[in-house]
Amino acid sequence: MIGGLFIYNHKGEVLISRVYRDDIGRNAVDAFRVNVIHARQQVRSPVTNIARTSFFHVKRSNIWLAAVTKQNVNAAMVFEFLYKMCDVMTAYFGKISEENIKNNFVLIYELLDEILDFGYPQNSETGALKTFITQTGIKSQSKEEQSQITSQVTGQIGWRREGIKYRRNELFLDVLESVNLLMSPQGQVLSAHVSGRVVMKSYLSGMPECKFGMNDKIVIDKQGKGGASEEAAGKSGGGGGKQSIAIDDCTFHQCVRLSKFDAERSISFIPPDGECELMRYRTTKDIILPFRVIPLVREVGRTKLEVKVVIKSNFKPSLLAQKIEVRIPTPLNTSGVQVICMKGKAKYKASENAIVWKIKRMAGMKESQISAEIELLPTNDKKKWARPPISMNFEVPFAPSGLKVRYLKVFEPKLNYSDHDVIKWVRYIGRSGIYETRC
Amino acid sequence: MTDSKYFTTTKKGEIFELKAELNSDKKEKKKEAVKKVIASMTVGKDVSALFPDVVNCMQTDNLELKKLVYLYLMNYAKSQPDMAIMAVNTFVKDCEDANPLIRALAVRTMGCIRVDKITEYLCEPLRKCLKDEDPYVRKTAAVCVAKLHDINAQLVEDQGFLDTLKDLISDSNPMVVANAVAALSEIAESHPNSNLLDLNPQSINKLLTALNECTEWGQIFILDCLANYTPRDDRESQSICERVTPRLSHANSAVVLSAVKVLMKFMEMLPKDLDYYGTLLKKLAPPLVTLLSAEPELQYVALRNINLIVQKRPEILKHEMKVFFVKYNDPIYVKLEKLDIMIRLASQANIAQVLAELKEYATEVDVDFVRKAVRAIGRCAIKVEQSAERCVSTLLDLIQTKVNYVVQEAIVVIKDIFRKYPNKYESVIATLCENLDSLDEPEARAAMIWIVGEYAERIDNADELLESFLEGFHDESTQVQLQLLTAIVKLFLKKPTETQELVQQVLSLATQDSDNPDLRDRGYIYWRLLSTDPVAAKEVVLAEKPLISEETDLIEPTLLEELICHIGTLASVYHKPPSAFVEGSRGVMHKRLPARTGSGESTESPDVGTAAGGSAPEAAPSIIPSQGDLLGDLLNLDMAPPTTSGPPPPTTGMQMGGMDLLGGGLDSLLGGDLGGSPAMGAGFGAAPAVMPASLNAPVGGGLGDLFDLGGGVGMPMGAYIPPKIVWLPAMKAKGLEISGTFARRAGVIQMELILTNKAMSIMTDFAIQFNRNSFGLAPAGPLQVLTPLGPNQTIEVSLPLSTVGPVMKMDPLNNLQVAVKNNIDVFYFSCQYPISMLFVEDGKMERQVFLATWKDIPNDNESQFQIKDCHLNSDAASSKLQGSNIFTIAKRTVEGQDMLYMSIKLSNGIWVLAELRVQAGNPNYTISLKCRAPEVSQCVFQCYEAVLKN
Repeated sequence: MIGGLFIYNHKGEVLISRVYRDDIGRNAVDAFRVNVIHARQQVRSPVTNIARTSFFHVKRSNIWLAAVTKQNVNAAMVFEFLYKMCDVMTAYFGKISEENIKNNFVLIYELLDEILDFGYPQNSETGALKTFITQTGIKSQSKEEQSQITSQVTGQIGWRREGIKYRRNELFLDVLESVNLLMSPQGQVLSAHVSGRVVMKSYLSGMPECKFGMNDKIVIDKQGKGGASEEAAGKSGGGGGKQSIAIDDCTFHQCVRLSKFDAERSISFIPPDGECELMRYRTTKDIILPFRVIPLVREVGRTKLEVKVVIKSNFKPSLLAQKIEVRIPTPLNTSGVQVICMKGKAKYKASENAIVWKIKRMAGMKESQISAEIELLPTNDKKKWARPPISMNFEVPFAPSGLKVRYLKVFEPKLNYSDHDVIKWVRYIGRSGIYETRC
Repeated sequence: MTDSKYFTTTKKGEIFELKAELNSDKKEKKKEAVKKVIASMTVGKDVSALFPDVVNCMQTDNLELKKLVYLYLMNYAKSQPDMAIMAVNTFVKDCEDANPLIRALAVRTMGCIRVDKITEYLCEPLRKCLKDEDPYVRKTAAVCVAKLHDINAQLVEDQGFLDTLKDLISDSNPMVVANAVAALSEIAESHPNSNLLDLNPQSINKLLTALNECTEWGQIFILDCLANYTPRDDRESQSICERVTPRLSHANSAVVLSAVKVLMKFMEMLPKDLDYYGTLLKKLAPPLVTLLSAEPELQYVALRNINLIVQKRPEILKHEMKVFFVKYNDPIYVKLEKLDIMIRLASQANIAQVLAELKEYATEVDVDFVRKAVRAIGRCAIKVEQSAERCVSTLLDLIQTKVNYVVQEAIVVIKDIFRKYPNKYESVIATLCENLDSLDEPEARAAMIWIVGEYAERIDNADELLESFLEGFHDESTQVQLQLLTAIVKLFLKKPTETQELVQQVLSLATQDSDNPDLRDRGYIYWRLLSTDPVAAKEVVLAEKPLISEETDLIEPTLLEELICHIGTLASVYHKPPSAFVEGSRGVMHKRLPARTGSGESTESPDVGTAAGGSAPEAAPSIIPSQGDLLGDLLNLDMAPPTTSGPPPPTTGMQMGGMDLLGGGLDSLLGGDLGGSPAMGAGFGAAPAVMPASLNAPVGGGLGDLFDLGGGVGMPMGAYIPPKIVWLPAMKAKGLEISGTFARRAGVIQMELILTNKAMSIMTDFAIQFNRNSFGLAPAGPLQVLTPLGPNQTIEVSLPLSTVGPVMKMDPLNNLQVAVKNNIDVFYFSCQYPISMLFVEDGKMERQVFLATWKDIPNDNESQFQIKDCHLNSDAASSKLQGSNIFTIAKRTVEGQDMLYMSIKLSNGIWVLAELRVQAGNPNYTISLKCRAPEVSQCVFQCYEAVLKN
């Protein structure tokens, strides 16, 4: 298991050092600094073995977190733990920075004592932790409170405490998708997928049982078979617009009953209070690609490059895409750039070796174009310019995967509010992930 | 409030000031001071001088302060054990506190203080806490048992904590169950034989129930523990799989990977024709792909594991090639791993896409990545025949870029393509030769030289090219030197007239001016071949070479099986067994996939049998091909095809052919000189006389050097050597009878064999190979039977052995499986060696160390035996045992009974401690053996018996 956990600043100075196992000594702290933080080379692996000691590290801004062990630990677990550790710290004091860590070092030690015991991760749900570890010192708790804390921390529903009350029961669902594309210069889709998240923010009283439904192809098809007569009638009558999507794979927050999903494909859970990421999913079929990029690069002699890029929006004209940014890479020996664009603003950024073209808003089924002349310095570098792909950023108000929320039902048998009394909000946001077109 | 100020005190006299503050009456000031101390501790300052003052602050109602003091204690208690005792009372009191959080805190902290006296006081509170009414305390206590076990294993057993821990597996609270499982698994790891976890269908059922209810981390502990279980039959296996599959949808990647591990392992037991088997295969792909959308570090772990899974079960991801395409912004470690998997998944169906990608990658910035991409193109050519032509033209394009490392890498892979498809792409040689000057890496130079030598007849200026390399012969690496030697010999055989001078030059460089034995040996062999029988030389050197295998860089199957059992862990990231990077006994136990049982077995195709298989029969055929490799070496095949494991069956036939060819050549070469005399050393005195005058070189000494390995008879006798017994009767081996024994002579382990030919025909070409075994025994040299063995002839050979071969635990431990080959067939037999030959000469332990070690080894590992009817007195026994490297360290006489304390060290570093009790007048001795690896005790006892009675 994890033998020790260290946090360093960018200079390699130790900010936090907690050793859990006897086989990890202080020299391990220095070994990591010398071999990884101060190493000249780029990091070649997130796992480093130095003198039979293994170091797992992640970096958040310029802070290094390193878990150390001498055993054959579960490597995936160690990284998951490090991410979780970052989440917990962020939930307590915001951004992970040297200043914040120094300001909260007592708290961090306290958390590390609680969420890692002898190197075994324990309950790391912020909701539960906040009931008894606070930044403002420890409140004295009544006996009941104490037993409530312990039963929550160790219990089946470790993520939610009993006795939550709201005057207004409300929940917000965000379907956040990032659409990824790799397209060849000829416009052929090399790979495309959507990775999506359903984020739920709930303010519900008691211990509500929730059930979430979406237009999952498997569920819809199954229901189709179940109510064969009426569905068949509906289908023969022209399809009725009940579109469903094929989900390649999905994963759930630990509150979701996985065995139930496996058996019935229904998503039921008691949510943590406040925000949680209910589900992640991935689709590859029938993706709506919101934008198409058509590049045209022409080398005019050895010192000039002509670039023309057309972007086409491909969704309903009534919808508006926002925060559109097209990034056109330029060679390292670029000496000057002239850009003409019909819409938005474009600028050559020498420090980033790219032309950045920004458009605030663009409606569906529109087209826009940029052309640039790039002057090059003559070089005797034999190696050709690698032509990195043109990348795009944007935000659209729909889910490129086609996912629709069908329902989110709430049952709380012990309290007197019903599903109808809960105010529900659903929002869809599609963003660009890695959206690249080779040129 | 800001705590960062505590980091900034660097004044002199700081300790003194802190001391004053710690003893202040004001609570706030005290707390501030303790915070400063902790901050100093964090940055690595030694603040242990403040120990008593900090401990004084422990008695407080302020929980925050208390936690800080505990943190300090955990760090410094070991350096101040006497003072740490001051804290005990507070701990014991806290363990009785009304607040469960404080009870748990106390027991948690106490377990982290590694001071004997504190540990003693821990037992009582721990016992109570294990049965505490509050689950939070119980789950903390469960982990504390593992802590205590790490400090003092004996104490944990004596106090019966293990049983209490086992009871906690049935606890009503899922987190208590999970922590108990984690603790037990850890403890069980250091006692490989104890049945601590005692997994049976009932307990498995409990675990599976808890799996649905506990935290994500608990699920990982339970899944990792489940993976150690071996179901009784395929039905049980299926039902466990069914209950584990829902975990594949968990958001925590570690839960998913651990579930994959369980499924991969248990699938092994399912019959392939079962519907469920297919369903399971389909269910595994999506979650594996999803892992690739995790953060980059986790992606890396996932990719390393997918690499293993793809090798074990390629069908799972065969349609998912695209997800492994490299993204521009992937960190380099992700890129390299993806590339590796892409090649493994490349097939005729997707090769066009893959090649297009690889070509893109070859123009990227990162040198390692580009090299790997170029190499990948070559591997595609070898793997998918239809694509070879396109690959070659892509490689030529890349060579035109003139980027130095791209060119070199391309030449290395083109060499492999030539070997796979001989006489097909030689038209590109001209282009390759243009780049001769830019090659500065040994591998590329060697590859180019090989190409020039191999196709010397088609390259007009081959002699010039090779000559240019010869100028700096001594500065080249061994690889290049060997290649150059062979290439020039090839050239000579193809164009003898104009290159005689060149070949003499290289032979004398290799034999006279080099101190590398490999190079010298090869030089001599060529020299003699050329001087005695050029026709034979041609046959040997220009023999048709076996094709290189298609699958490259595969992990060796037994290692792969073991790694599959370690999915998700560091072992799977390093692609090394845990024993390679974990110290001590932990995790050294080798895990294996379960063998398939139940109904469907008989109908299976043979390949499944091998995958799931038992060790002995399947492992044997792989022995001989690698022997072929050894000889293939002489056939200049040492330009290793990029495979590390034994080549797959299809190429075996070819290699055997090559071997026979060489065997014949060698015989006709050496037969004459030796005249059938078994005393070899003498026969070589005359050797130089046979050399033609044109090659007048002082060969004698060197040749003797080449063949004097067979010596080693007549070493001083000391150790016990069992009598020779028949291992392989003539009936079973087409007339070859082998009997033999093992001996340790002057520190060298030897296998002494008597080979008798009871058949009618002459036997030649003997070779020997061992299967992997418990102590890594392997022949240290070839089997020296140089003369043909005529009918009714007998020859004694002794084969020196090394202990650095591959290791696999055998049953019985000292079992050795041997394959012997001759011109007639390959024969297999197994024999048992006395473990005493592994006892090394420096096995005498210091008395103090002995005492400490004896105490340190748990009593569980002690075994007692009786040696009956032995009439030696203790001194005689001691000196007799000493001859076999069993060293007496101390002797004690208690009431007429002599107690001898002895130590033995095995060649793999395992120590065995023994206590031998000899009662005057009683022919029965009692012996107690203690060892960290108790499996060896039985064998060691047998040795004692054998030594004492002979």
